[in-house]
Amino acid sequence: MDWYPLWNSLRIALISCAAVFFLGIFAAYYIARLPRMVKGVLDVLLTLPMVLPPTVVGYFLLLLFGAKRPLGVFFMQHFGVKLVMNWYSAIFASIVVAFPLMYRTARGAFESFDETLAWSAQTLGQSNTWIFWRVRMPACRQGILAGTVLAFARALGEYGATSMIAGYTPGKTATIATTVYQLWRTNDEAGALRWVMVDIVISAVVLLAVNLLEKKQKAGGRQ
Amino acid sequence: MSLEVHIEKKLDGFTLRADFAAGNRSTALLGASGCGKSMTLRCIAGIVKPDRGRILLDGRVLFDSEQHIDLPPQQRGVGLLFQNYALFPNMTVEQNLLCGLKAEKDPAARRAACTEMLKAMRLESLAKRYPAQLSGGQQQRTALARILVGKPRILMLDEPFSALDSYLREEVEGEVGSLLANFAGTALLVTHNRDEAYRLCRDMIILNEGQVLRTGATKEVFADPGSVAAARLTGCKNILPCTRLDAHTVRLTGWNAAVTLTLPVPEGCTAVGIRAHDLAPCPPGTPNSIPVKALSTSENPFDWNFICSPPEGTEQLWWKVSKTTLSAPAPLPPRCLWAPPESIMPLQG
Repeated sequence: MDWYPLWNSLRIALISCAAVFFLGIFAAYYIARLPRMVKGVLDVLLTLPMVLPPTVVGYFLLLLFGAKRPLGVFFMQHFGVKLVMNWYSAIFASIVVAFPLMYRTARGAFESFDETLAWSAQTLGQSNTWIFWRVRMPACRQGILAGTVLAFARALGEYGATSMIAGYTPGKTATIATTVYQLWRTNDEAGALRWVMVDIVISAVVLLAVNLLEKKQKAGGRQ
Repeated sequence: MSLEVHIEKKLDGFTLRADFAAGNRSTALLGASGCGKSMTLRCIAGIVKPDRGRILLDGRVLFDSEQHIDLPPQQRGVGLLFQNYALFPNMTVEQNLLCGLKAEKDPAARRAACTEMLKAMRLESLAKRYPAQLSGGQQQRTALARILVGKPRILMLDEPFSALDSYLREEVEGEVGSLLANFAGTALLVTHNRDEAYRLCRDMIILNEGQVLRTGATKEVFADPGSVAAARLTGCKNILPCTRLDAHTVRLTGWNAAVTLTLPVPEGCTAVGIRAHDLAPCPPGTPNSIPVKALSTSENPFDWNFICSPPEGTEQLWWKVSKTTLSAPAPLPPRCLWAPPESIMPLQG
């Protein structure tokens, strides 16, 4: 059995999850402070990829990154890099579809944060950076962790936009999701089932890890 | 050591105009909830920016809208105790205290200062605990220790007892009281409880809907609040409409009777305040007395409460009489009540 799709899916999910972690937290933190009107508009824009069909996301990504489109041409000319139909093309798709999950959960966590904690830290002389990493993030840990896991799971399961922007090339752009479809399409039902099992196992392990982590924190006696 | 505040800030429904000075002793900021007390503290701490005005602490400008000075909270040297204490839940008592020692860089000095403060606040045995594992009183001591260890120039307490059970409150109040009395600098206590203000602070500022109504020594303010709203906030139960007759006499509208006051009656006087405990029963015809009929009686552990009204009329008058013992028999319902001229307070507005 060729394990390439597993390795490819994992690296795509991990890289996009890491990117989404910082992008989502950054967006959640700053957008929460904007005036209500601007916040409303940005909120809709940033959440759209969650409800749009993945093919629509793929369409927009191709409009931007396609070989004959401005960004695609720019990267080809200056760096000799083709943004579409490569293994890393799927990262763009995964980032866009996973971002809203991280953004929304992080924002929910930040909004329920007790602001007097930050204020008291300020009057004690602590810098805003210190407050962010030592007070705000730990207090919002549960929400941020949940958002990260959801984003990872979504990135791992991404199919529609990925198949449009990265396609399916065995040993090059194949992911678990695209491989399952390809094997099913070519009447290899047993092969499809193997990859289905692999996918279920990974997802179950991730969710189990989160549950264990939460239990451990509760046992630690912390609030 | 002094604090000067002249600020304006538009809030929901009213404009906060805090205009006062506080010296080197404990000052209470008394007002009903939502009157702008906490907002005033937040403006002083630099958490909230006033629309305009000036804030000076020991001659240092913390905020000045004309000179465009607005020091961040980190540079103000202000200690603010929040109602919920705002302890960092992910840190132990000791780690919380160390957060208050930002200015001290030397690790040995930090440890020494922290140990000393833990000892002074009786927190040594709790040093490794998390806030969630502490009682309300212990949480408050931790929060106070975290503030005091950084040696602030001003100590501000925002309703420090509101999160405590009533039986704990008195015990903790004693500790906070001695802390306020011994604090070397300005100390502000925000409260809606007149008894707390009276017991803990020598000066007071009365705030009502964003306006400073009265400032002065606590006892003077209680003896002569000056306005109806201030009298209510200091706990005066009886506010009786009246018309001014001369500089020391008014006519009570509900009784159509004249009473004499020791305090001068200002031109705009529209009511007098008489504290329920200052009344006493008397034979009819006594000077400064009014006839009453008792409407209802209730018994408290340490006093009796009578609600009375004029023989013809609906105005209500509260008379409270202290009990000598818990089981003292009820006094007879009064027919006529009397107040000494020095305890009748002329009120405006």
